[in-house]
Amino acid sequence: MKVIELNNICKAFGDNKANHNVCFNLKKGEIHALLGENGAGKSTLMNILYGLYSCDSGDIVINGDTVEVENPSKAIEHGVGMVHQHFMLVPQLSVTQNIFLGMKETGLFLKMDELKKKVAELNESFGFNVDPSAVIWQLPVGVQQKVEILKALMRDAKILILDEPTAVLTPHEVKELFGSIKKLTKSGYSIILITHKMEEVLDYCDRVTIMREGQVVDTLLVSEADHDILAKAMVGRDVCLDRIIEPQESGEVLLKLEGVTVLNDKKLPAVKNLSLEVARGEILGIAGVDGNGQLELGEAIVGLRKIEEGTMNLIGQNTTHAKPRTMMDLGMAHIPDDRHKKGLVLDFSIKENLILGSQRDEIYHNGLLMNYAKVKEEAERMVEEFDVRPRNIELTGAMLSGGNQQKVILAREVSRNPEVLIALQPTRGLDIGAIEFVRGKIIEERKNNKAVLLVSTDLDEILTLSDRIAIMYKGEIIGIVPPETPVEEIGLLMGGIKNKKPKGGEPDESQV
Amino acid sequence: MEVLQLTNFLAAAVRMAAPLLLASLGLVISERAGIINIGVEGIMLMAAFAGYAGSKLAGGYWYGLMVAILVSIAIISVFAITTIKYKSQQVIVGAALNMFCAGLSSFLYRLIFYNTGRFDEGIAAASFPRISIPVLSKIPILGPVLFNHNVLVYFSFVMVAVLWIVINKTSLGLKIIAAGEHPKAADSLGINVLHVRYLATIFSGIMIGIAGAYLSIAQASSFGEGMTAGRGFIAMAVVILGKWSPIGALLGALFFGAATALQLLFQITGVEVPRNIIMMIPYIATVVAVLIVSRNKVGAPSALGVPYEKS
Ligand SMILES: Nc1ncnc2c1ncn2[C@@H]1O[C@H](COP(=O)(O)OP(=O)(O)OP(=O)(O)O)[C@@H](O)[C@H]1O
Ligand SMILES: [Mg+2]
Repeated sequence: MKVIELNNICKAFGDNKANHNVCFNLKKGEIHALLGENGAGKSTLMNILYGLYSCDSGDIVINGDTVEVENPSKAIEHGVGMVHQHFMLVPQLSVTQNIFLGMKETGLFLKMDELKKKVAELNESFGFNVDPSAVIWQLPVGVQQKVEILKALMRDAKILILDEPTAVLTPHEVKELFGSIKKLTKSGYSIILITHKMEEVLDYCDRVTIMREGQVVDTLLVSEADHDILAKAMVGRDVCLDRIIEPQESGEVLLKLEGVTVLNDKKLPAVKNLSLEVARGEILGIAGVDGNGQLELGEAIVGLRKIEEGTMNLIGQNTTHAKPRTMMDLGMAHIPDDRHKKGLVLDFSIKENLILGSQRDEIYHNGLLMNYAKVKEEAERMVEEFDVRPRNIELTGAMLSGGNQQKVILAREVSRNPEVLIALQPTRGLDIGAIEFVRGKIIEERKNNKAVLLVSTDLDEILTLSDRIAIMYKGEIIGIVPPETPVEEIGLLMGGIKNKKPKGGEPDESQV
Repeated sequence: MEVLQLTNFLAAAVRMAAPLLLASLGLVISERAGIINIGVEGIMLMAAFAGYAGSKLAGGYWYGLMVAILVSIAIISVFAITTIKYKSQQVIVGAALNMFCAGLSSFLYRLIFYNTGRFDEGIAAASFPRISIPVLSKIPILGPVLFNHNVLVYFSFVMVAVLWIVINKTSLGLKIIAAGEHPKAADSLGINVLHVRYLATIFSGIMIGIAGAYLSIAQASSFGEGMTAGRGFIAMAVVILGKWSPIGALLGALFFGAATALQLLFQITGVEVPRNIIMMIPYIATVVAVLIVSRNKVGAPSALGVPYEKS
C-alpha cells in the first residue's frame, strides 16, 4: 500500500528548477532512501510534502487522498512528520516545551508535569532516553536529533521524513538511530531518509530514489543496487574516494604549537598543553570523537579563540595572540566547521562571499572604491573552477544548497593561495561527488607544497588524506600514528585507550 | 532622611515607574515575539495626547483611556502591517513613526485646544484619582508606597503577574518565544508566526496606549508637547535591563522610577547643583545601566528585528 504519492511536482526558485516533474512514492512500513547530489532538490521536495514550501504544480496524495498541503499543520494533520536538515529546535526552551510547542492538545495552560510524563512514556516506548527537562542548547546534537524525532512522534506522525539525520552524529549514535528507525517500521511507520552515505542506504533501506538536477533519475530496490550503481546514478560518473596520495617528502615546519591550552565556551580547558607541528607538503589529520577539543583547537589556531597558555608559530612568526587578519596576511586559510555561522555571510551574494577577506587586495579596489567589474570577473572564474551550482554569482549564500555553500568557501580560501590550510570538517554534509572534489583540492594543496591541518570526526576521511594522524582525546593528543595503522588501534585511541606504543611516525609529543 | 521623606520618595518612585512599566511590559511581549519597535516613544506621545483629548472633550478619564488605547492600536497597526506583512525594516518604520507622532500630536493639540477658546475654563482634564486600598494603605511605609495610587498603577502590577504566567506557563507563551527565537521552527510546527507577531504587537499597542494616557491623565491632568521626554526609549532600556522578563521589567522600571524621583527630590530640597544636571539623572542612569547589563551577553531574542519570510 502506498502511503505517499507525489506526482509531477514542479518547483522553481526564480529560473532555477529545483524540482521538475518529480514523481515519488512511499510504501507502508518501508525505509525509502532519497539520494542525490547537493542541490539536487531533495530537501525542496520534502519541504513541499511537509507544507513549508508551496509547489508550482503537481499533486500530493497521502493515504489515497489527494490533498493540499498549504502549511505544516496540514501535513501534521495527515500524519506526516519531518526532521529537518538544519534542526528546528528553539535552543532556549526545554525538551518538553519544544515537543509540545504549537500542539493544540495542550490547551492554554501547560501542565508541565503531565507533559513531561508523556515525553518520558514516549521515550520508553521507542527506547530513547532523553531528559524531558533538559534545555536544548545544553544537549549534544545526537540527543537533539532524538528530540526532533520525538516531536514528530508526539504528533502521531506515521510517516517520517528524515533529512540527513546522520550528518552530525557519531558512528555509535548512527547505529542507535537506525536501531530506533527499524523498530518504528516494524510497528507500521514509514520512513523517507535523505542521506549522502551509501552504507546507510545499502545497510538499512528497502528502496532508493535517486535525484539529479531536480529530476528523478531512478527508483530501485536496494537489494538490486550496490555502491557503484548508486554512485554512478547520482553523479553521472564513477566516483573514487580511495586513498590516492603519493608519498612525498615534507619540508620545513610552517605551523607549530607548543604547550597550548585553550578554554571552551564554558570556560573549562578544552585543549590541554598540546603541541603539534605541520610541515610543508604534508597533511596532518586530527582524528577523534566529536567534542574532544578538536574544534576549539582549530578555532585557536585561526585566531578565533584565545590561546591561554603556550605559543603558536606560523611561518616563523610568533602568532600566539595574533588576529585572524594577521594570520591571513601571513598565508593562512581556513575552512570553518560551521558554514552558516563562520563560513559565509548568508545574506551576501556569492560574489561578495567569494572575495570576503580579500576585499583589501589591490586588484579588487582602485583607491577608495571597490572594483566590482574585477570582483565579478574573479567570482565568475571561481564559480566555474569550483563548479558552484547554479552558476549565478548574484544569488545570496542562503539560497545555495549545503554542498554548494561549502564549494564557495573552498573556492575563496584556496584562491587566496595560502601557505597553510586549516580545514575543519571540510566535507560534512556533502555528496560523494563534492567530497571527491573537496578532497582532491586538499590533496592538490599538499602537492603544491602547502601545509595542511585537517580536523575531521570522519575517520575514513582522515585515513584517506593524512600523512600523519594525531588522535585527540579529552583535549590532548594521545598518539600520532601513520595512516597504515590498523583501524582498530586508532579506534581504541579515539576511545582513550592507549595499549600499544604507536609504531613509526612522530614520537608522541603530548604529556599524558 | 526622615521616615516621611523616605516614604514620599519611594511613593514617587513607584508613580514614576508605572508608565515605564506599562510600556515596557508591552515591549517585553512584542520583543519576545521578534519585533523591535522604537516607535514606542512617538506612539506613547500620541496616546498621551489622545488620552488628554478624550478626557477633556468627553469629560471623563475612562473615555480618555479608551481613546488613548484606540489611537495607539491604530498607529501600531500601521507599524505591524508594514513590518510584518511587507517586511519593512522595523527600526526605520519606528523612527519614522516617532517623527510623525511628534509632529501630529503638536499639530492636533494646537488645532483642537490652542486658540480655540477651549481653555477658557482651564486646561485641566479629568484624571485618574488616587484610590487608597482599605487596610493595606494603613501599613506604615509600605501602605503609602504601594497602596495609595491610581488604578493604572495597580493594573501595571497585576500585569506583571499575568504576563509572567503567560510567558512561562501557557502554550501561547511558548509560541511567542518560538516566534522570536526561531520563527522557522515555529512555522515548521504549524504555528502562524505572522499571526503571533501581530497579536504581540497589538497587545504592546494597548500597553503603550495605557502608558501614554498615564502621563497625561493620571500623573498629570494636562498635555504638553513632547511630554514623553524620552520615556518610550527608557522603556526599551528597561526591557533590556529586565532581560526580557516581566519581573525584570518591574525591577528595571522601579530603578528608573527611583532615578526620576531622586531628581525630583533634589529639585525640591534645593541641592546646590544646576537644575539641568539634576534633570539628567534618569537619562544618565539609563545609559550606565544598559551598558553594565549588556557587558555580558544579553539574552535578546535571536530573531529580534528580523522579518519572517517563507519560500
Ligand atoms: N529558499 C531558496 N531560495 C532560492 N533557491 C533555493 C532555496 N532553497 C533551495 N534553493 C535551490 O534549490 C535547489 C535545490 O536545493 P535543495 O536544498 O533542495 O538541495 P538538496 O538536494 O537538499 O541538497 P543538499 O544535499 O545540499 O541538502 C538548489 O539549487 C538551491 O540552490
Ligand atoms: Mg538538503
